[in-house]
Amino acid sequence: MFKTQMNNAGMRYRLLLILSLFPGVLAAADALQGPVERQPVNITAIIMFMLFVSVTLGITYWAARRTRSTSDFYAAGSSISGLQNGLAIAGDFMSAASFLGISGLVFASGFDGLIYSIGFLVGWPIILFLLAERLRNLGKYTFADAVSYRLRPLPIRSLAACGTLTVVLFYLIAQMVGAGKLIQILFGLDYHYAVVSVGVLMILYVTFGGMLATTWVQIIKAVLLLIGASFIAIAVMYKMDFSFEHLFSSAVKIHNDGMDIMAPGGLVSDPVSAISLGLALMFGTAGLPHILMRFFTVPDAREARKSVFYATGFIGYFYILTFIIGFGAIVLLTNNPDFLDPVSGGIYGGNNMAAVHLSRAVGGEAFLGFISAVAFATILAVVSGLTLSGASAISHDLYASVICHGEIPEGEEVRVSRIATVILGIVAIILGIIFEQQNVAYMVGLAFAIAASVNFPVLFLSMYWQRLTTRGAFIGGSVGLFTAVLCMVLGPTIWVDILGNPEAVFPYKHPALFSMSAAFAVIIVVSKLDSSQSGKDEAKAFEDQYVRSQTGLGAEGATSH
Amino acid sequence: MQHWYRRIYADPEFHELERKRGRFSWLLAGIVLASYYTFILIIAFAPELFATPVCEGTIITWGLPAGIFVILLSFLLTGVYVHRANTEFDHLTRDIVEHVQNTDE
Repeated sequence: MFKTQMNNAGMRYRLLLILSLFPGVLAAADALQGPVERQPVNITAIIMFMLFVSVTLGITYWAARRTRSTSDFYAAGSSISGLQNGLAIAGDFMSAASFLGISGLVFASGFDGLIYSIGFLVGWPIILFLLAERLRNLGKYTFADAVSYRLRPLPIRSLAACGTLTVVLFYLIAQMVGAGKLIQILFGLDYHYAVVSVGVLMILYVTFGGMLATTWVQIIKAVLLLIGASFIAIAVMYKMDFSFEHLFSSAVKIHNDGMDIMAPGGLVSDPVSAISLGLALMFGTAGLPHILMRFFTVPDAREARKSVFYATGFIGYFYILTFIIGFGAIVLLTNNPDFLDPVSGGIYGGNNMAAVHLSRAVGGEAFLGFISAVAFATILAVVSGLTLSGASAISHDLYASVICHGEIPEGEEVRVSRIATVILGIVAIILGIIFEQQNVAYMVGLAFAIAASVNFPVLFLSMYWQRLTTRGAFIGGSVGLFTAVLCMVLGPTIWVDILGNPEAVFPYKHPALFSMSAAFAVIIVVSKLDSSQSGKDEAKAFEDQYVRSQTGLGAEGATSH
Repeated sequence: MQHWYRRIYADPEFHELERKRGRFSWLLAGIVLASYYTFILIIAFAPELFATPVCEGTIITWGLPAGIFVILLSFLLTGVYVHRANTEFDHLTRDIVEHVQNTDE
């Protein structure tokens, strides 16, 4: 009895930990915090991973030979099909955290895990209905192309580059630290080796293979992850005689919270947090630069739409799998001495390891090796996409447009982009090492909040509101950036949990509701007050932009090979 | 190019199409937003609704089908949108663009 209570307390503590780290749960293995114990070296996992690395390096070699023009480098020559791009987008979303974090959350608290999955998913239909085709028709390589279609490029691209780079850096740090810790647990590799090898591989993929290699790495990983997760889920259902009733009732019987795992718990309690979180998830997705960039890899708006359809299907299917995996873990891992850590009373490595342990429980050592390798591959693929979008903000938005005013020879821009990739990769490695012992999970939340408060409002209003002016977009976007960072720093996560102050100045964990509203309000007010001639010209140019965004006439097309 | 943009913008058929397309995409977006926020607000204000079993003698609570419903609805509506946009709207758009470009010669 006493032991059960201990176990229960341990679970609750870890659940609280996960919750306090949210929205970190969303995108990385970043929920793995604090010191982790190194595991014995896992040979199967390393062999599987080596296999993945050699195949992807082969692809990079192939892609490098096909990557000649600027368009090849940034947008894979717009040669990716809707299905392929859908898989790549789904790959960006099926990160180590979605897989490990959400199944871990379901393992810990049942139903609540579903709330997150749904939050991530519903952003996609909105992107499709409101943004995807206009973005594809207006842009070229980065979302700033679309915004600066009629607004003045200098301030707009500077703002967009700031938004992109802050999002990318926070996201990268979280991924690098998560990667290091995850690899420590899965492979028994030293943290520093892990971080350096992720950084080096990502630099190789992006510098040589550009968007084409980055996309194919993401596609391969997405397919492997879908296969792996399907296998675990089917194996679980096989053990449960393919009866959900059986699965859920076994889980309820064995879980300390009993029937509570079938109902919403304390995850979303006050409405302000609920709405703010929902906004960050939904509109943050619509402002993530590495996701928006994927829309330029397809030849036209038609394929762009299709890619969202496929992506939504794969992501939805995947989240249903993680739900089954989480419940399967409750049934098969709880009270299973093979996986129980006598020190903590929970499973080894914490709840986020539920899917990994479950893979061993249903598929043995070889399958554990496969899933570990896929988890590593997942991080690699996601950081590559992030780095490429950061590098293009530097080379395309800052260097080519702001510094060289668009007058730049064809090869030069790609060269700068490659240099930027190497620098970003090195910065990511260094930051990954610096932040090893820090709590970084909030950084993904911050990245989503910034994306929802800077990139999204500017992009959305540039397409939908004729009277938007450069001044409004620049000042409002900067206010959104500043408010998001300030609210996050003064909020419970950083101000109290990290800096150790007794009380938060800003009471909510998720600033999006406030920072996003502030951005929209300031953009609208400043634009309305802007009576400059350039503001009037920009409003006039909206008509041309509108026709192009809706018809695709004059849009950047696919390049032929 | 700008010359064509102006002419298309002046074409009432273009605005007719845009009204139709705009209504359709905002309607679908509204359905998704409404279902998601209904889901979230039930969790925030009336979680016991989702804790009740769907029928006598089962352990499956209303929360599960509700959640799965939101996922499936999102997927289905993206399918509906893509289908209509890639067929009907694209045809109409092409007709308008071609009409303008042909009369231009």
